[in-house]
Amino acid sequence: MTATLIWILVALVAIGLYLSWTAGRLDRLHARIDAARAALDAQLLRRASVAQELATSGVLDPAASIVLYEAAHAARQAEEEQREVAESELTQALRAVFADAHQVDAVREVPGGEEAALELAEAVRRVPMARRFHNDAVRAARALRRHRKVRWFRLAGHAPFPLAFEMDDEPPAALIERAA
Amino acid sequence: MRIGIVCPYSWDVPGGVQFHIRDLAEYFIRLGHQVSVLAPADDDTPLPPYVVSAGRAVPVPYNGSVARLNFGFLSAARVRRWLHEGSFDVVHIHEPTSPSLGLLTCWAAEGPIVATFHTSNPRSRAMIAAYSILQAALEKISARIAVSEYARRTLVEHLGGDAVVIPNGVDVDFFARAEPRPEWQGDTIGFIGRIDEPRKGLPVLMKALPKILAARPRTRLLVAGRGDEEEAVESLPRELRPRVEFLGMVSDEDKARFLRSVDLYVAPNTGGESFGIILVEAMSAGAPVLASDLDAFAQVLDGGAAGELFANEDADALAEAAVRLLADPERRAELRKRGSAHVRRFDWSTVGADILSVYETVTAGAAAVAADDRATGLRARLGLARD
Repeated sequence: MTATLIWILVALVAIGLYLSWTAGRLDRLHARIDAARAALDAQLLRRASVAQELATSGVLDPAASIVLYEAAHAARQAEEEQREVAESELTQALRAVFADAHQVDAVREVPGGEEAALELAEAVRRVPMARRFHNDAVRAARALRRHRKVRWFRLAGHAPFPLAFEMDDEPPAALIERAA
Repeated sequence: MRIGIVCPYSWDVPGGVQFHIRDLAEYFIRLGHQVSVLAPADDDTPLPPYVVSAGRAVPVPYNGSVARLNFGFLSAARVRRWLHEGSFDVVHIHEPTSPSLGLLTCWAAEGPIVATFHTSNPRSRAMIAAYSILQAALEKISARIAVSEYARRTLVEHLGGDAVVIPNGVDVDFFARAEPRPEWQGDTIGFIGRIDEPRKGLPVLMKALPKILAARPRTRLLVAGRGDEEEAVESLPRELRPRVEFLGMVSDEDKARFLRSVDLYVAPNTGGESFGIILVEAMSAGAPVLASDLDAFAQVLDGGAAGELFANEDADALAEAAVRLLADPERRAELRKRGSAHVRRFDWSTVGADILSVYETVTAGAAAVAADDRATGLRARLGLARD
């Protein structure tokens, strides 16, 4: 009788430890998503700032300047729900403006243009990186949260179900080629 | 930045991953970063100052062959001590799925972890069985890097998630500046790789050789690499055997001079390649490349624009392409030019900067790497449980 009780106790403790470990895993994943999201925000903001700076610097022709300024401004001001669309539109605007390698050369020729082009190339390269890392973390967390043990014991607490950040982040080829 | 790099394979055994880590560490040190590499090594091997030994790797049968791995209590303790003493901003693990130092570090560390997946092995039985254990360790990795689009695809299929593609790096100028050796020039075909490893494809090349020699009798095949030379030429008719020269293992310098000298570099590999660093080295040295059309090779050669491709394992196709190229100096000059331009993206200056961007992306706003007390500290967990 006591032996049975002891075994039940041992089993309960083991299950408790396992659940606490799983909760720890989940907690760590949520922290990873937060960090990845902060990094993604930082890279998106950086890209929009560099684009806006370029648009107002007078290096580009007026039409391109206006297109780029509009897109960068919209991306920075976008509400959370419109963010993905606005950032994708900035990507498309950058691709349209820098579709031609000559445009990149023109930017580089003006004083200070070299740094600006480098900064922009850096920014458009890091956005897809940060987005992949973020979505990878989201995927891992969702996989764990769908598990029975997490749902039954409500190990995720009140943390919102993580969402991937979907956008068009294909950088302008001419810009990347030059930087490489 | 304080960077910790984990090498899963013995430092004293030469290999692609080890060379990659050595070059990467030296690149970061030149830029002024603090780098420490944790690698398995025998106690008496001389190590560069930036390498910390994790003890001797133990040979065990794993995944169909004998692998030299580090595991167990002692290795885990060493990993924890290294993490503790290094207080790194970022830890970069190579091959995190091999049951060795990489996996141990995943368990023991907490904070920004970057991992590079080099191989694109088909999923092994052990990996399926250990999937949940592996997943718990792998989900700590904040950023995954795959060495090619092909490696990324296998990674996504087997483990889910996503990765950025950053190719392996090569010191392009080291190869571009090497002096050609006259005795290796003039109608020469080059091959570098293990002779007795069929996946490196020497048998395919041997099968194609009679046809090549029939069309161009002055051609010589130069083979650099370890293995049984007698066995390698067994399939050749006796009178053709003198057209094959074996150079044995060559040093890095000789490898560069070899690739500078040959008229055509052939990579007939039949599989198991996730990247193809040798093609990048050949292109750096300005050698026209003819390679089998493996996914990884096609990608490195820019879909055939920077080097020619032939149907994998098809000796006739190989012979036909080799004869055509050897007879056409203009096409070879064009390939040289395209290869040299294409290869710049694999130079350490580009690859290193990309890897550094990954580090900066994951460390932005995150705390430094620390030993993770939750994962292994049972006492700590019990302490928490009592609270």
